[in-house]
Amino acid sequence: MDKFVTHVGTALPLRRSNVDTDQIIPAVYLKRVTKSGFEDGLFAAWRNDPEFVLNNPEYAGATVLVAGVDFGTGSSREHAVWALQNYGFKAVLSSRFADIFRGNSQKAGLLTVVLPQESIEAIWSAIEADPKLSVTVDLEAKNVRYSEVSVPFEIDDYTRWRLMEGLDDIGLTLKNIDEVTVFEGKRAAFKPKTLPALS
Amino acid sequence: MAATLAQKIWADHIVREHTGEPDLIYIDLHLIHEVTSPQAFDGLRLANRKVRRPDLTIATEDHNVPTLNIDRPIADPVSKLQVDTLRKNCAEFGLRLHSLGDVEQGIVHVVGPQLGITQPGMTIVCGDSHTSTHGAFGALAFGIGTSEVEHVLATQTLPLVRPKTMAINVEGTLKPGVTSKDIILAIIAKIGTGGGQGYVLEYRGSAIRALSMESRMTVCNMSIEAGARAGLIAPDETTFAYLKDKPHAPKGADWDAAIAYWKSLKSDDDAKFDVEINLNADELAPFVTWGTNPGQGLPLSAKVPNPAEISDPEERGAAERALTYMGLTAGTPLKNIKVDTVFLGSCTNGRIEDLRSAADILKGKLISKEVRMLVVPGSARVRLQAESEGLDKVFIDAGAEWRTAGCSMCLGMNPDQLAPQERSASTSNRNFEGRQGKGGRTHLVSPLVAAATAIRGTLSSPADL
Repeated sequence: MDKFVTHVGTALPLRRSNVDTDQIIPAVYLKRVTKSGFEDGLFAAWRNDPEFVLNNPEYAGATVLVAGVDFGTGSSREHAVWALQNYGFKAVLSSRFADIFRGNSQKAGLLTVVLPQESIEAIWSAIEADPKLSVTVDLEAKNVRYSEVSVPFEIDDYTRWRLMEGLDDIGLTLKNIDEVTVFEGKRAAFKPKTLPALS
Repeated sequence: MAATLAQKIWADHIVREHTGEPDLIYIDLHLIHEVTSPQAFDGLRLANRKVRRPDLTIATEDHNVPTLNIDRPIADPVSKLQVDTLRKNCAEFGLRLHSLGDVEQGIVHVVGPQLGITQPGMTIVCGDSHTSTHGAFGALAFGIGTSEVEHVLATQTLPLVRPKTMAINVEGTLKPGVTSKDIILAIIAKIGTGGGQGYVLEYRGSAIRALSMESRMTVCNMSIEAGARAGLIAPDETTFAYLKDKPHAPKGADWDAAIAYWKSLKSDDDAKFDVEINLNADELAPFVTWGTNPGQGLPLSAKVPNPAEISDPEERGAAERALTYMGLTAGTPLKNIKVDTVFLGSCTNGRIEDLRSAADILKGKLISKEVRMLVVPGSARVRLQAESEGLDKVFIDAGAEWRTAGCSMCLGMNPDQLAPQERSASTSNRNFEGRQGKGGRTHLVSPLVAAATAIRGTLSSPADL
C-alpha cells in the first residue's frame, strides 16, 4: 500500500448523510475479480442525475471527498474503498464513518478523517464558494488546512504510523506468527473443524 | 473483574496484547463466498503465502448464483467468472467449498448454523456484513473487508481494536403476529443506523430468551443495520438443543466439555455495559420501513411521516430524499401502499421457520393477481426440508414462485431484481436505494407481513386478512 503522509488537492462536497456502500458502488458492479476498474461503479445510480455533484465540471479532479454523517454504512464490500481510490480520491472527511468501511479504508490506504459536523459544514461552504480551493490533509500534523483555517483531527497512533509507513498488516502479523502457533496449541479440543466435511 | 459476554469471548481469543497496538485476535471460523474473496486469494499468490488453516475455513456460492435452472451454466458471464474463480481458488488452496447443486450449498450464514460449525464462544468472520447472524449462538461474529479476508487466510488472526459493549434489554411478551424481525426493526428505528457504531450489541431480556434459534438469528443478523459490527445473545438450553446432533457439533466427551464452557458464556450480573437500551416487547407491533435506510421504520398502522415535522435537519433532509425516491406522499397510511413484488428469503428470513410461518398464512389462499412473489430458501437443505413438509406446494398453489437457494433479490446480484420504480415488500435486511435493482423501492417486513401483503396486494399484517 502507498504511504500517506500529506495530501494536497481540491475537494468535492457531498452534502448527503447515511451514504451506504450500495450507493458508493451498487452490487452489480462487484463482479470483478481484481482491485482495479471500479471507478465506473462509483455512485453509479446518482451519476445518472446530471445535477449530481460528481458530474459538476467545477469539481473535476477533486481528490478529497467531504461527506455527510454516517458515511459508508451497510455492506462490508471493500470495493467501495477501491471505487473511491480508482476514481482518484485519496481522503474522505466526515463527522462519522461506519466501522467496517473505516477499517477497510485504513487497510487499503484511503485516509478517513473524522471532523466535527461544524467543520464539515464550513469546508462545504468554502469549497462551494471556490471549487478550486486547495485543501491539505496532513496525517503527520493531524490536521486539515484550507485558506487560513486549520482543523485538528484525532487518529490512533498505531493506524497513523501504519499509514505513514505504508505497512501491510499481514507482514506485521507474520513477524509474531510464533505467538499464533503457541495460541493454537492451547485451543480446546471441542472447537469445530470444517475438515473433514461432515453432513 | 466482572465482564460482559463479548468481553469474555474477546479475552479468550487474544493471541497478542501490546500497549499501543490493536489486540491480535484468533479467528475460530472463516466463512467465504465468491464476491469478497478473489482479490484476497490474489494477494496470497502474489506474496507466495498459503492458507494457514484450511480446516477452519469453509466456502459457499451464494451472492451471484441464479435461483432458476441451476443445472445449466450461469448465464451472466461476469457472475460465472466470479463463481469459477472461487472454485479455482478453493481447489488451489485446499478449501472446502459447497458449490451450486451441492446439498450443503446456500447462503453462508444459513449454512454455518445448520452444519453446526457455528457454536457458542467462537470468533467467526466473513467478508459479509451479515456475519453478525452467528452471534445468535453467543459467538463474536462480524463482517470484514477483503484485506481482512486475506489477513485471516494467511494468519487465522486479525488485529482489532477492542469494541465497547451495549446491552439491549427486551422484556415482556410479543403479541401474536409480532416477530423477531419486528423487534430488530424497532431497535434500529430507536437507535438509528449509526447508533451501534463501535459497539458489540448484546440482546437480553425475557423476550429474547423466549425466541427460537432461528428467530434469534434474525435479530443478530441486522445488528449491522444499527451500525454495530456484531450482536450476540448468551447461549442457553435453546442453543444447546439446536446444536445437539448437528453434523459438526461436538460428540461424546467433547460435548460435555463444550457444554461446561458454553454455560460460562454470559455477562456477569455486575458487568457494566457502556450503554443500555430498553424496549418493551408488549408494546411492539408489526414493523415496516417507509424510507431508504433500515432506521426509517414505523408500525404498520402508522402513516408515512411528514418530513416538515422532523426537527433534526439532517434527518429531515434524508426523509425528504427518501420519500421522493420511494414515490410516497406524507400522511399516506402505510397499509394503503401497493406493492408489485414480495420477496421471502435472505440470510435474515430465509430459514425453515420463516417459510413455515409464511406458508401458514398462504395455505389455501391466492396471492393478489397484481403481485409476483418469490420464495427463495436460504439453503438447499432448507429447500429440501420445506419440500418434505409440502410447503413448496402451498407457495406454488397460492401463485408464488418456488426457487433454489441463494442471496437472490436481497441484493440483486443475480437476475432476481426489481425494475425501476417497482415496489417490494421484502423479508431481507436493506432498503437502500437500488439495493434490489436500480430504481427499485423496498419495504422491509417480517415473513408474516410478507405473506399477508402478497394476498392483499398492499402492506398488510395477518390480522388484516
